[in-house]
Amino acid sequence: MTEHSRLRRVLPHIWLWLAIAVIVFPIFLVFVASTHTNADILAAPMPLKPGPHFFENYRRALIEGSANLGASAWTMMKNSLIMALGIAVGKIVVSLLAAYAIVFFKFPGRSFCFWAIFITLMLPVEVRIMPTYKVISDLGMLNSYAGLILPMIVSATAVFLFRQFFMSVPREIAEASQIDGASPMAFFTEILVPMTRTPIAAMFVIQFIYGWNQYLWPLLITTKEKYYTLLIGINRMLAGADVLIEWQIVMATTLLAMLPPVIVVVLMQKQFVAGMTDTEK
Amino acid sequence: MSKQYEFPSKGLPYLLVLPQMAVVFVFFFWPAAQAVFQSFFLQDPFGGKMLFVGFENYSTLFEDPAYWASFGRSFLYAALVAVSAMTTALFLAVQANKPLRGAGFYKTMLIWPYAVATMVAGVLWIFMFNPNIGVIAYFLKNSLGFDWNHLLNERQAFLLVTIAAAWKQVAYNFVFFLAGLQSVPAALVEAAAIDGAGPTKRFWTIVFPLLSPTTFYLLVMNVVYGFFETFPIIHQATQGGPGQATNILVYKVWRDGVVNLDLGGSSAQSVVLMILVIGLTVAQFRFIERKVTY
Repeated sequence: MTEHSRLRRVLPHIWLWLAIAVIVFPIFLVFVASTHTNADILAAPMPLKPGPHFFENYRRALIEGSANLGASAWTMMKNSLIMALGIAVGKIVVSLLAAYAIVFFKFPGRSFCFWAIFITLMLPVEVRIMPTYKVISDLGMLNSYAGLILPMIVSATAVFLFRQFFMSVPREIAEASQIDGASPMAFFTEILVPMTRTPIAAMFVIQFIYGWNQYLWPLLITTKEKYYTLLIGINRMLAGADVLIEWQIVMATTLLAMLPPVIVVVLMQKQFVAGMTDTEK
Repeated sequence: MSKQYEFPSKGLPYLLVLPQMAVVFVFFFWPAAQAVFQSFFLQDPFGGKMLFVGFENYSTLFEDPAYWASFGRSFLYAALVAVSAMTTALFLAVQANKPLRGAGFYKTMLIWPYAVATMVAGVLWIFMFNPNIGVIAYFLKNSLGFDWNHLLNERQAFLLVTIAAAWKQVAYNFVFFLAGLQSVPAALVEAAAIDGAGPTKRFWTIVFPLLSPTTFYLLVMNVVYGFFETFPIIHQATQGGPGQATNILVYKVWRDGVVNLDLGGSSAQSVVLMILVIGLTVAQFRFIERKVTY
């Protein structure tokens, strides 16, 4: 072994560790800051080792929340969870039904439905902010879970993924179930959906993260503390004057906001990667 | 015979697509139509009068140098984010795709930041670079004598949001590049190695061309991300400032509409953005179609 080839073997490790350091460092800082008092953080430079106030800070964040906010991380976590689950489950159910209709039934207007769903890809919420806000306000859904969830449960990608999967299901199964006297809905709930487990799991991971990390939409339609999600709470805590920011609480809340989606990705990495790369096609 | 078997039901399919179509119409088509409609009117923000003005909102927009500046800024920003996030991810994917001890660990560590919200990425970076308490800002000032203040310095603000946006996007690109690399036939690469091509040459003449569908897909997705989905970073880190330094198009739509209540102008901007997304989507699908026919 020459020096050259030894370097060649070690080099990838060095690069990858460097990348991991760049990824982890900001998050490590957040953790460290969440274990100190605000005074320690404000006395620049802040300490780079974890401090003794972990339990105190997280207890305050979870139960009371920052003094300038009026919502506890516990409440906000509940709201984030309701929103994320509502969006993920809603998207999956609505998309499964639509894909089922499009693949297994022939009806006038079928291709129209398909294209209508397809076009939603071109209308991200960012480009229709004001008018969508107006629709929600006209429907009386400001500051409500329905308002947070409903406009988000359309997903062209989920419909495409399920459609693709359904098209690969042998039609003989559908026909056989008919001959056996099962209704189309019985075929759907008892045979088709159980077969679709894997794509459903993949979609769930992706859409849960998507839902949990929603920002612009809740920012627009939640003005009551009761409906703040974690991300909105963090924004409001940081929006006030500098002297009022309780960094230790903000950082504890930030870590709490990161934890659930990260856990989901790490635990379901395989389904996640498969889901991501399948929707590309 | 029964290859395309379809259920003979008449009413059921409509019932099945109803929820999806209802949401599509109420929350997508109706607001989009409203945006187009409102872009032709001047509206009193406090309810009431609407005045038809034709294309005046558009001509005001296109005659406004600030709008064009925002346009150019958004393109520069999206391009920088896309290029830096994609090259970093490709480089790391190539490293992680080598037969390494602990490859699984590396992959997990590089994939999980996908789950970090874009908004949180903004918080992480302003916390490190906060001119008063940020660890890196302190280090730059006291160790390198470099005065960091993105609240005052326009270039620094632009740089900060670009890095934060790219930092968050690397994981997404990594997932796709790694999947792409894994589907490159090993026999092809080995054949080239036997023919005497070195690792660098093998990468550029065989692997990289085979990755081109992935690269193109990611390019579109990254531009879309930079253009539209990084709103939370801008909103959290710089609020479009200082001055106009980080006021990209999506942020401007929001600021003009929600903060300044210029509904007509904001709607006209929305319509321009919609046309932009449609262009990007069409470009992407034409490319995919071509890939399929070849």
